[in-house]
Amino acid sequence: MKKIYPDAKAALDGLVFDGMTVMSGGFGLCGIAENLIIALRDTGVTDLTVVSNNAGVDDFGLGFLLQTRQIKKMISSYVGENKEFERQYLAGELELEFNPQGTLAERCRAGGAGIPGFYTKTGVGTVIADGKEHKDFGGETYILETGLVSDLSIVKAWKGDEQGNLVYRKTARNFNPMMAAAGKATVAEVEEIVPLGSLNPDGIHTPGIYVQRIIQAKHEKRIEQRTVRERESA
Amino acid sequence: MAWDRNQMAARAARELKDGFYVNLGIGIPTLVANHIDESIDVTLQSENGMLGMGPFPYDDEVDADLINAGKQTITELRRTSYFSSADSFAMIRGGHIDLSVLGAMEVSEKGDLANWMIPGKMVKGMGGAMDLVAGVKRVVVVMDHASKSGAPKLLHECSLPLTGRAVVDLVITNLGVFEIEAGKGMKLIELASGVCVDDVKELTQADFEVAVSS
Repeated sequence: MKKIYPDAKAALDGLVFDGMTVMSGGFGLCGIAENLIIALRDTGVTDLTVVSNNAGVDDFGLGFLLQTRQIKKMISSYVGENKEFERQYLAGELELEFNPQGTLAERCRAGGAGIPGFYTKTGVGTVIADGKEHKDFGGETYILETGLVSDLSIVKAWKGDEQGNLVYRKTARNFNPMMAAAGKATVAEVEEIVPLGSLNPDGIHTPGIYVQRIIQAKHEKRIEQRTVRERESA
Repeated sequence: MAWDRNQMAARAARELKDGFYVNLGIGIPTLVANHIDESIDVTLQSENGMLGMGPFPYDDEVDADLINAGKQTITELRRTSYFSSADSFAMIRGGHIDLSVLGAMEVSEKGDLANWMIPGKMVKGMGGAMDLVAGVKRVVVVMDHASKSGAPKLLHECSLPLTGRAVVDLVITNLGVFEIEAGKGMKLIELASGVCVDDVKELTQADFEVAVSS
């Protein structure tokens, strides 16, 4: 089975349908599947439920899919950087489910690992616990959270090979590995597709079994907060 | 008198001990990194997937793949390791992080913390705050003692939606330092320079015991 596709548009062909759930990797704008997000927008698919830690910014990342109103619901932990998101949410046009960041990460991990639910201390005694099963273990109270799977996961890695093995770079890893595993179909975009055998097998972060399609693409890698220090004069 | 932001951060930095793994929140907590005693060895965790967070980069070192939880560009150190968000919160939830320094809107005398939403205003989300307070061994809050209009933020009960219940161990404000022990309530253990107990009482709704060593 050939996993390498020529571009983002071709890689999404036949994988999208209205009302589907999409997981989109990244933290802020770091490690997002820039090209696949644009290609997803261009398919015209609607009523998406998008699982993503953040919602992009107005004119980049998932902001593109918000501009075109293709998203019906977001499952996220923090959405503070997107004005259009705020406008649609306050106007009642967009559903929003907040998950604590670690709970969101673990829900994706569990989903990909075939675990339908898990107990966590996070959120006990808060609105997050409302309506959820509570259970005591060793004298402490935990709540039941469920695993998440997606119809399609779009992830970004640094390098990949024709088998779909992926290596991420620095903090651009974030949610990508769990979302890759939790997708019924997973498409990865990488900066470089390298020859088979050139990735160190001991250093592969996402084994190719989780990746059905892969493309090589160019990335803008926009920075949200460019913070620098002054070089001390020698 | 009272402490300014940097003095509050410096006081919080004194809670860091040799060998600690520490997560610093956004705002004043971030400033704590500038005040860590050079004689101790501390590793900073960034919940987006990094242990061993370094300072901001020089202009020619900026790397879009290397950011902290506040989405700021940062650098790595020789000790640095990277991992996924699931691994990151496994170490947080699993009790492996020694200390977290966070900001707050309200803290109750029982150690309840509210720092993520104000009803009626746009809610940005809790990010990793609920996971941190539920999992980290010791939670230190750094906050202004009262609102700009003088409304107390240390209360009998939080009025805002909670981030966690009975999770705060220490509160550092511009007026002083409070210890909160589970089931025992709040204790004033330190006063900021030029502040007296009556100044603190005037701006505090929470009940607290006074245990200031002069």
